[in-house]
Amino acid sequence: MLFNAARTAGKILSLTVLLVSTSLAQAQSQILSVTAYPAVDEIIKAAMPQWKKTHPNVEIKLVSRAFEDHHTAMTTALSTSSNLPDVMALEFAYVGRFGAGGGLEDLSQSPYRIKDTQMRFVPFAFRQATLSTGAVVAAPTDIGPGTLLYRTDLLKKAGVSEAELTQSWDSFVASGVKIKATTGAYLMAHARDIKDILIRSNVKPGDGLYFDAAGKVVVDSSRFVRAFELARRVRQQQLDGKISGWSTAWSQGFKNGNIATQMSGAWLAGQMASWIAPTTKGLWRASQLPEKAWGAWGGTFYAIPKAAKNKALAWEFIQFMTLNRDAQLSAFKVQDAFPALLEAHTDPFYDQPIEFLGGQKARLLWREAALKINAIDVNKLDPIADEIVNTELDKVLDQGKDIPKALADAKALLERRARR
Amino acid sequence: MKRSLLPRLSPEWAPYVFLSPFVLLFVVFGIFPLVFSFYLAFQSWEPTAGLLAMKFVGLENFAFALQDEWFWKSLKNTVWLATAAGVPQHLVAIPLAFFIHTSYKRSRNSVVGIYFLPYITSTVAIAMMFSTLFSTEYGMINQGLHALGQVPGLGWLAPAQPIDWLNHAENVKPAISLVVFWRYLGFNTVLYLAALQTIPGDIYEAATMDGAGRWQQFWFITLPSLKPMIYFGVMLSVVGGLQLFEEPFILTGGRGGTDQAGMTTAMYMYRTAFEFNDFGTASALSWLLFVFVALLTWLTNQAFKDRHAQK
Repeated sequence: MLFNAARTAGKILSLTVLLVSTSLAQAQSQILSVTAYPAVDEIIKAAMPQWKKTHPNVEIKLVSRAFEDHHTAMTTALSTSSNLPDVMALEFAYVGRFGAGGGLEDLSQSPYRIKDTQMRFVPFAFRQATLSTGAVVAAPTDIGPGTLLYRTDLLKKAGVSEAELTQSWDSFVASGVKIKATTGAYLMAHARDIKDILIRSNVKPGDGLYFDAAGKVVVDSSRFVRAFELARRVRQQQLDGKISGWSTAWSQGFKNGNIATQMSGAWLAGQMASWIAPTTKGLWRASQLPEKAWGAWGGTFYAIPKAAKNKALAWEFIQFMTLNRDAQLSAFKVQDAFPALLEAHTDPFYDQPIEFLGGQKARLLWREAALKINAIDVNKLDPIADEIVNTELDKVLDQGKDIPKALADAKALLERRARR
Repeated sequence: MKRSLLPRLSPEWAPYVFLSPFVLLFVVFGIFPLVFSFYLAFQSWEPTAGLLAMKFVGLENFAFALQDEWFWKSLKNTVWLATAAGVPQHLVAIPLAFFIHTSYKRSRNSVVGIYFLPYITSTVAIAMMFSTLFSTEYGMINQGLHALGQVPGLGWLAPAQPIDWLNHAENVKPAISLVVFWRYLGFNTVLYLAALQTIPGDIYEAATMDGAGRWQQFWFITLPSLKPMIYFGVMLSVVGGLQLFEEPFILTGGRGGTDQAGMTTAMYMYRTAFEFNDFGTASALSWLLFVFVALLTWLTNQAFKDRHAQK
């Protein structure tokens, strides 16, 4: 009887110790929830061991979704203020949209005061996260400096030099005619590509892509006229394969040497080497965009929702991912995420040749471009403006619609939307 | 005697308790979204600003949608696709079901299974497979047409240039229709096969004795007997066709294709909400689509009404 009582008391004691120790551990450890999309999730996973060294009691709960699904989930979470993470990764196109809704923390305010570190970031990337109100709604982590990738074998066969290809947009198109005539390869995948970069060139400071600083629709400006005219010239001379980006035909076109050039963010070289067209290693080179049109393709940002639970910790995490030179360089080396942190730009990694680009030291080109790109102000109507302009361009290219009429129609449609 | 801690349930409450899981789920996932969508159709809302950012705008979203040329374009695309994919589904499924019913005895289930397979396969997988097949330069469809053109006498089948199925506005809709037709043909065939099995065999025997041929049997016995199932099948095609989303979404990269030639109303609705962040207009569009579906369903009902029975 006595023996049984002692055994019961022992059990109670050990259970109490277990419960107390568990609750103590729970009290000490914190969970930081982070949501991201492919490639960014890998960067976060790779940074976790380093993070754990300084934050041993903070567990990162990483939720990764497909690119579109992630941004849809974040829209829903912000709209209902539920299931919000502490930190959300955002692609450039969503920063303005999400920021305009007012659901993201203004990082320029205390206790974040991100403007104190503004000089450490690539200028255009920091500007992209700044709303017209002055609020900074996200911190940039990687950027996509624009570059022109071209096939050396096709250019050589056609007798076209890099200088000829990139001197001006006219010489670019003229080179395409030579390439098509000699090799049969298309100059570019889709005529829309040339429109996309030309409307991003020579944007006045303070202006957006489709709206000026005063909010007026500018889709009938000279930028758009020239972009449409060049795209039409490319189509009329049959220099594009009418191939949409990221399709099977697109990657197959690169593999088979049917597409001579591609304008994109610097990250495409890494994607080409790893999975799009690895068999074409050594055949590609990178250059600045024709006519020195400095432009950016995408970029990743981290933001803190206003309704996040662990804002202080979230800010520590964002600082770790964006202001830590090692973390930035690791992301660049492993996932081709070009650093938004200027301190990372001085690493010897930039001087190393890139095997896929025939040993070219292309990172130096991209570093130069990163500093020359002008920020373009974002507007929440940009996605619909993009759709309107692309639809009118389709009409110009496929149905022969008059360019001034197409742009006037685009303007009217966009103004109607903007009035709402 | 030991008493249960749980209160004893009166038998008259039992049906309600057993039904409650369904009712609860139906209210949360069925009724609530419907009511919320109706409420939202009268609001202007920047979703990322939270629920409190809604502003009542009356009928403005409906007025905007009705004057929106993209809405009408998407509706036109939807009707085109529903007709081009829906009508052949039945025109082919009925004789196909009759053929399977009369020609296969032992292997019937296997044959039916093969036809039904596309219906139960993931839409995304199907659409992705077809995007590869439709590829202009490397797609098997163009290569097949080219190979056919090499056969003596079939040269007319091969176009001079490979057909740009998914990037040329005129070809996008036929390409989508083909995929939708291929997917739902088996489903309709199974419906008609089920109906065929209910027709008494002695009617055919009597008809055979009277000297009726296979074609006459099909026309005068099978087809009239299938009328209720044709009505059901057509109704499903009308409703499903007008809500077409996955196939055009995947085949056109989620953007409706060149000149939005493949953008259906369901797709436009989704894009208005999640890409253009205009949930109010998207809800108004969904209710307009609902009215349109209801109208066409009523018209289909009228077309199938047995006029002789009314007299």
